[in-house]
Amino acid sequence: MKSDHKLLLLFAAGLVIFPWVITNPYYISVLVFVGIHSLLAMGLTLLLGFAGQISLCQAAFFGIGAYTSGILTTKFGVNPWFAIVIAIGFTGTISVILGIPALKLRGHYLAMATLGFGEIVNIILREWVNITGGPSGLTGIPRLNFAGITLDTEVKYYFFIWVIVLGVMVFLLNLVRSRVGRALQALNRTEQAAEVMGIPVSQYKIKTFALSSVLSSLAGSLYAHFITVISPESYSIVFSLVILAMVIVGGMTSLWGSILGAFVMTIVPEYLRVFEDWDVIIYGVILLSILMFIPKGLVYGLQRLFRGTLKLFQVN
Amino acid sequence: MDLFSQLFQLFVTGITIGSIYAMVAVGFNMIYNATDVVNFAQGEFVMIGGMVMVSLHSTFGISMPLAFLLTVGIVTGVGIAFERFTINPLKKPTLITLILITIAVSFLLRGIAMFIWGKDSLPLPAFSGEKPIVLWGAAVLPQTLWIIGMIIVLVGFLTYFFKFTLKGKALRATAINRDAASLMGIDVKKMIMFSFAMSAAIGAVAGMIITPITLIEYDRGPIFGIKGFCAAILGGIGNSGGAVVAGLIIGILESFGAGLLSSGYKDAIAFLIMLLILFLRPGGLLGKYEVE
Repeated sequence: MKSDHKLLLLFAAGLVIFPWVITNPYYISVLVFVGIHSLLAMGLTLLLGFAGQISLCQAAFFGIGAYTSGILTTKFGVNPWFAIVIAIGFTGTISVILGIPALKLRGHYLAMATLGFGEIVNIILREWVNITGGPSGLTGIPRLNFAGITLDTEVKYYFFIWVIVLGVMVFLLNLVRSRVGRALQALNRTEQAAEVMGIPVSQYKIKTFALSSVLSSLAGSLYAHFITVISPESYSIVFSLVILAMVIVGGMTSLWGSILGAFVMTIVPEYLRVFEDWDVIIYGVILLSILMFIPKGLVYGLQRLFRGTLKLFQVN
Repeated sequence: MDLFSQLFQLFVTGITIGSIYAMVAVGFNMIYNATDVVNFAQGEFVMIGGMVMVSLHSTFGISMPLAFLLTVGIVTGVGIAFERFTINPLKKPTLITLILITIAVSFLLRGIAMFIWGKDSLPLPAFSGEKPIVLWGAAVLPQTLWIIGMIIVLVGFLTYFFKFTLKGKALRATAINRDAASLMGIDVKKMIMFSFAMSAAIGAVAGMIITPITLIEYDRGPIFGIKGFCAAILGGIGNSGGAVVAGLIIGILESFGAGLLSSGYKDAIAFLIMLLILFLRPGGLLGKYEVE
């Protein structure tokens, strides 16, 4: 319990120092994306790692968030903050409507149902040209305004986004350690046993699904207000799979793993951008090697390495 | 064109694309029966089949029949390598790890395909001319007849294989109960490799016969994969006969949806059907059992 708090403080300190050391706005903006991806990955980690339910439509909820914010602010002149709240409510409602029948399914069936839903959302984003702008998307989404400051530079947005990420992190760390978290882990092991212990299994599954999609929606809105231009291909199945890859690479039973996974899966392809279009292969190679060699994820691998090093010192 | 010929035209288009979905679904079932794994890279076999065929025939000038056989061989090799290098070495993988590995492999195959063949759509000449045959007022491409012929051959072959050959029976036994099969002296690990090989070969055939009609590009795999899975679900997963019927049904519905409602939403129709089936009858329309 304490180690999480220490780690949080250490991590926050690192985040504060970073922009003073590295001033290049490009690197800062990469870290903004890491923050947005962390929100997505944390939501899925809660669902997959803790509740044991797979979802391959996180990109769709991300898209619904981004598009709701984008459409409300550009076409109806709604205040961006208000639009974010509406987007969250809207996504939450959709996720409950989908979740009620879908979460009765397990394993492959749930994977495919969510995949199908994700693809339907993507098709709607592409085809409903009047509202979504079709394949060319939406432009001119306004920037956010916070206490009189327009969040118009990379650095301002960087601080803004990471405060949110850390806030969500604290909330989720507490959540998984609470009664709810224990209930989720119980239903992850065996649903029948959990049910017998008096845990309302399907209700918990639906609520967790809703929470993870709400986080994706928030990430989507924040993404839209950062880059100000959105188009449907950012919300395809492929991106859902990339989010899944982040969770797996970091370690799906650890919330820290989601942030680590978001770092790796955002920075490595970005770093290797010189080799144009290699990202698909890179995602494949990273995911495959993690699955085959450290199936529990990088966090677990690092922990083991760290412990190994400690022992080495003790022996000496 | 009167209404009847128009509808018949849509029906023919539906059967054509539906046959491809059926083949992908049969490929899914092959691997599912042997391993309980849904192979998310199934669509990539189709894409690679089309791509390799284009290269062998158009670039290296190898004659159609020989290129066809070579492509089946190469893609089967890809399927075997996939199983040997990723599935086989794992000691005690969980189901979710296996699903994710197939996803990772699909990324990898797609990336490699883009690297080799680029991003353009590649054409392949039809097997026997492009001159359409007019049938009840509808234009039927000769390639369509090839595709329909191929699905008939496939169904015949599978029936023979599963009913009358030792290997087919062994594969069926593996699907029913892996432990019992292994006690009967069936080498289950070998059966798993064999199922990947067969599945890849069927995918390759599907890719080769559809490319002359729809062209092929590196990122076509997932859409074939998902549609094929829709068919597998609709037919009751693991049930190959059901998969063929379901593939044709999805193809026809999609074609009518595109022709009569809206072509932009035609893919959404297939997915909507899949969701409805999953929610209402997860055992599949033709499946007998309820899913776990």
